[in-house]
Amino acid sequence: MRRRTFWTFVGPSVFLMVLFIALPLVSVLWQSFVLSIPVVETVEVETCTPGFPSQVCVTANKSQAVLDENGKPVRITSFVGLDLYKSVVEPGVFWQAVTSGDFAALLRVDFWRALRFTLTFTFITLPFVLGIGLLIALTVNNSAARLRGPVIFVSLLPYIITPVIGGISIYWLFVGDGIVTRMLEGLVGHDISIMTHGWAVEALMMFYRVWHVAPFAFVIFYAGLQGVNRDTLESAMIDGASRFERLRYVIIPHLFPLIVFVTLIHLMDSYRVFEEIVAFNAQSQRISLQWLTYDFLQPDDSGNRAIGRASASSMLTMIGIVVIILPVLRRAWRDHRR
Amino acid sequence: MNRITLSLALTLMTATAASADCAFENQIPVKAMTAAFPAYKAIAENMQECGNVQVELDQEVRTKSAPALAANPSLYHISSVHNGTIVPLLNEGTIRPLDDLVAKYGQNLTPNQLIKIDGKIMAIAFMVNMQHLFYRKDIFEELGIAVPQNYDEVLAAAEKIKAAGVVDYPLGATWKADWNVGIDFNNLFVGFGGKFVNEDNTPAVNSEAGLKTLEMMKKLSAYMNPEYLVADATYVQQEFQQEKIAMSNFWASRAAKMDDPAESKVIGKIGTASAPAAIPGGIPAAMFSWDGFAIARNISDEEAEAAFRVALEGGDAEMVKENNDLAIWLIEGYQPSDMAKGAIETMQNGALPTPSTVWRGLINDAIEKNVVEFLTGKKTAEETLSDIEAAYRTNAKEAGLL
Repeated sequence: MRRRTFWTFVGPSVFLMVLFIALPLVSVLWQSFVLSIPVVETVEVETCTPGFPSQVCVTANKSQAVLDENGKPVRITSFVGLDLYKSVVEPGVFWQAVTSGDFAALLRVDFWRALRFTLTFTFITLPFVLGIGLLIALTVNNSAARLRGPVIFVSLLPYIITPVIGGISIYWLFVGDGIVTRMLEGLVGHDISIMTHGWAVEALMMFYRVWHVAPFAFVIFYAGLQGVNRDTLESAMIDGASRFERLRYVIIPHLFPLIVFVTLIHLMDSYRVFEEIVAFNAQSQRISLQWLTYDFLQPDDSGNRAIGRASASSMLTMIGIVVIILPVLRRAWRDHRR
Repeated sequence: MNRITLSLALTLMTATAASADCAFENQIPVKAMTAAFPAYKAIAENMQECGNVQVELDQEVRTKSAPALAANPSLYHISSVHNGTIVPLLNEGTIRPLDDLVAKYGQNLTPNQLIKIDGKIMAIAFMVNMQHLFYRKDIFEELGIAVPQNYDEVLAAAEKIKAAGVVDYPLGATWKADWNVGIDFNNLFVGFGGKFVNEDNTPAVNSEAGLKTLEMMKKLSAYMNPEYLVADATYVQQEFQQEKIAMSNFWASRAAKMDDPAESKVIGKIGTASAPAAIPGGIPAAMFSWDGFAIARNISDEEAEAAFRVALEGGDAEMVKENNDLAIWLIEGYQPSDMAKGAIETMQNGALPTPSTVWRGLINDAIEKNVVEFLTGKKTAEETLSDIEAAYRTNAKEAGLL
């Protein structure tokens, strides 16, 4: 291909990637190292607010932002190095926990609590997604041709439903007076409050994620199954290979690149788990790294937001993703070169 | 004429018909963003009668109003504000003083409605809101329980109701794991005489009052639906309406819903009283806030004038007459109903107003998260209070307070 043709095709995509991915990333990286602090002065202010039966006026010292001549708050922006990362990660608490072995203290820090949940969530859902995806794919592949269309459609439904909606529907089944809770209460004969148990909420969120993502794995594996070499399968049968042996030595090796692909996508997606926390109202029990970033970004009652810490936490999330997918990528790269 | 033009024509006709109820015909397009609870819906409808008015009712107005008004020109002319949400607007200078407009058009405003900061009128209040005691009159009468004056009596009453087994849970509370639970901590904390920060903005939550507050919350939680950390105002409202709880320190703005025939099974059975005190004989463990509107700075004076007039139309005596029971109105012509008793008693008993300060949001943010972890048993009371102070210090440094 001529260089000119190559750039005509690739150029727009590179431009958009730089504009919408690289530049924002650089900006987030920059913001995780700088702190912009408003200049605050303490002044005596008289505030009059409604009272009963008549208005109440209070004069008190109040801290308020200093405004410049344009009526904008004056801010001092300074480079703070790793300070923001430190206030997210709290390395002091971490070292103390490592040296004393008291990890309960570590989980009192939001970041570590979120990391703990995020990692458990990611690595427990992964084998289920792969396993159930493969199981549905094999089932559909072996079912009568007439049934395949409807079965594929039904299996795909969970993947089509918007995550928040799907999550909320399952939440409603299990919350206080949900149908499933009522049924369980009927069976055991006393009140059950599923949402008061952290582990139960965690398990529900994982269940939901597997239910939601398994169809994606299924579609990929099903497509892969169409390309399995019939001759190899037949020779394996003639050699007396059992169904399981055929799966283990013919089908899985054939699907391996796809398994790596699904693993990669799933690791990246579930490390950014967020919708489940919203849908299951889980923030009192469990938070994820992505939730932590969101929480820093949300302005509080007086309009303050921690953009610096949000940037630091999102950079840490990105680093985390790279770390967990690195082994998978290396493996894929080795296979590719072979 | 096709169907769309027809319906369009019909809407226009109703719009002109409705504008008859507005004292003037508004020519300048005005956009408003307000909170979404029923009282604001009533105000919004009345504002729209003036014509050329677009109102967005938004639950998240507290997080959206600051950036929306900071734009130049502002995205909205009018924004609803309360004690908390006015702070960022004042801090960033995005709302304008209203003295001139009040002098020109505000003859019908009561002095109580004028929110004055440093001598300048910065907002107009329409109503006050707070949490006060709601209780099932029938249950209290049947079991011979007097209306609790303080939280020790609340616990005693809860114990009696629990023993009688007349409802699922004696107590309800808006303890959802966000700002909701933070407010309830604050209410009790103030009731126990606590101070959030010192003069120099350093935290003061780790105190005797803090410990007592957490201890009381733990005791109260034993009488609630164990899933209290997902309970927001609508949840508690439904618990009342469905006869599942017998009392709660609950929002005055929801009082009318208790007697709503479309939703409620407890019509006429709910009584209200002052928020209980934390210390017997002390001030009510509740803070009250006002709710009203402010006008953006980054708009032309003509637009501001039109916006101000429209907003006043929204909250005039006529609106109050039609929607008397929707809120504790500060507007002329309001007739306090039986349900308003609790709110008025709370204020008479000396409840404090919610402070409008920068540190309030910062400390609330720290309180919310840590109190939740205390309630779920992840932290002890001492850990909770010291973690609140640590989180506040981090927040406050970034906000320039420390």
